[in-house]
Amino acid sequence: MYETTYHKAGSVAEAASLMANADDGKFLGGGQTLLPTMKQRLAAPSDLVDVTKIADMKGISANGDGVTIGAATTHYEVSTSDLVKQKLPGLASLAGGIGDPAVRHMGTMGGSISNNDPAADYPAALVALGATVVTSKRELVAEDFFTGMFETALEEDEIVVAIKFPGAAASAYAKYPNPASRYAMAGVFVAKASDGSVKVAVTGAGQNGVFRMSAMETALSGNFSPDAVAGIAPDANDLLSDIHGSAAYRANLVTVMAKRAVQKA
Amino acid sequence: MSKVSMVLNGKTVSADVEDRTLLVSFIRDVRGLTGTHVGCDTSQCGACVVHVDGKAVKSCSMLAVQADGAEVVTLEGIGTADSLHPVQAAFREHHGLQCGFCTPGMIMTAVDMINRYGAGNLDETTIRHELEGNICRCTGYHNIVKAIKAASDQMAGMAQAAE
Repeated sequence: MYETTYHKAGSVAEAASLMANADDGKFLGGGQTLLPTMKQRLAAPSDLVDVTKIADMKGISANGDGVTIGAATTHYEVSTSDLVKQKLPGLASLAGGIGDPAVRHMGTMGGSISNNDPAADYPAALVALGATVVTSKRELVAEDFFTGMFETALEEDEIVVAIKFPGAAASAYAKYPNPASRYAMAGVFVAKASDGSVKVAVTGAGQNGVFRMSAMETALSGNFSPDAVAGIAPDANDLLSDIHGSAAYRANLVTVMAKRAVQKA
Repeated sequence: MSKVSMVLNGKTVSADVEDRTLLVSFIRDVRGLTGTHVGCDTSQCGACVVHVDGKAVKSCSMLAVQADGAEVVTLEGIGTADSLHPVQAAFREHHGLQCGFCTPGMIMTAVDMINRYGAGNLDETTIRHELEGNICRCTGYHNIVKAIKAASDQMAGMAQAAE
């Protein structure tokens, strides 16, 4: 790892000002992606601004039918929260399947979505549940927040503060993890809103990160059963293809994971 | 450079370290506690697992400065050669190691697992799932799982006896 200067921010405003004064800084969440990347010298920020000690960015609270989750809340806290388990069981189960127990103790929701790894799990949940990302500057609906592979709408000194999830009548996530890395080769989040409308979001498979499957959404709105999505797959031309699986293989995985998610919901 | 202070195995320690110093380097190189191992160094293998404020973390994927003010427990902090922790004793009894390199991380992960689920509440499937972040290159998982199950059950018995 190249040399870097660590700063512990006590407030969102302090974090933004530390970042503004940094030459080439990065915000540090749990560091479970950033630190390994720095160790490999694939990233070399001059400054790290740790936002995990900011009290306003931690914790989970009820928000009408839904929940608001502080950006510095760990995957472990999300997966074990009674509130999340009760209101959004699909989100709790997704969080409990990220990485491994030690990673979940450190990794944060804000850090994960800000990185927007195309194989990360949370983007699918945020898009399917219609979450709103609250930043230090504005509020963005999830679909506008995620703009492409490792790309978000965040500006350099903009910090994700919290994520607001509306309630859902049903929610579930199914992923096919890569046998070695455990990252999703295809992960599908299915959410049925209280008005009966359905959203389906896919992670791990798309060339531009998370995407919605509108054909599945229409089919599920009429008939919320695994059979409804059994004949629907994304266009393989838009999917990732690598040594772990071809685009056609991933397209099929999306269908299978969607069926499993609907079954669980 | 930053001054880092933490309670390490019950003792307050502090040192001036480069900000890029990993927690595992602080533990091993600055404090000389070599029970915590560096296996893969890419956060896959779990040989470096320690407890920070009561939770298992990979000390190769955390900076020492991030642990400033925290309570850190390593393998040296849970038992001694004369008085092994029940998990350590179970690993010996059930031959839960071959080369032994992954053992410190396995034991710290096991203790964390038993803390979270409660002694006596672990079945084989749960243990295997919870070991997702710990790799044994000798592939000696069967006896590791047996040892953790035995320790969990034995600790439940000890808790009952104490009541």
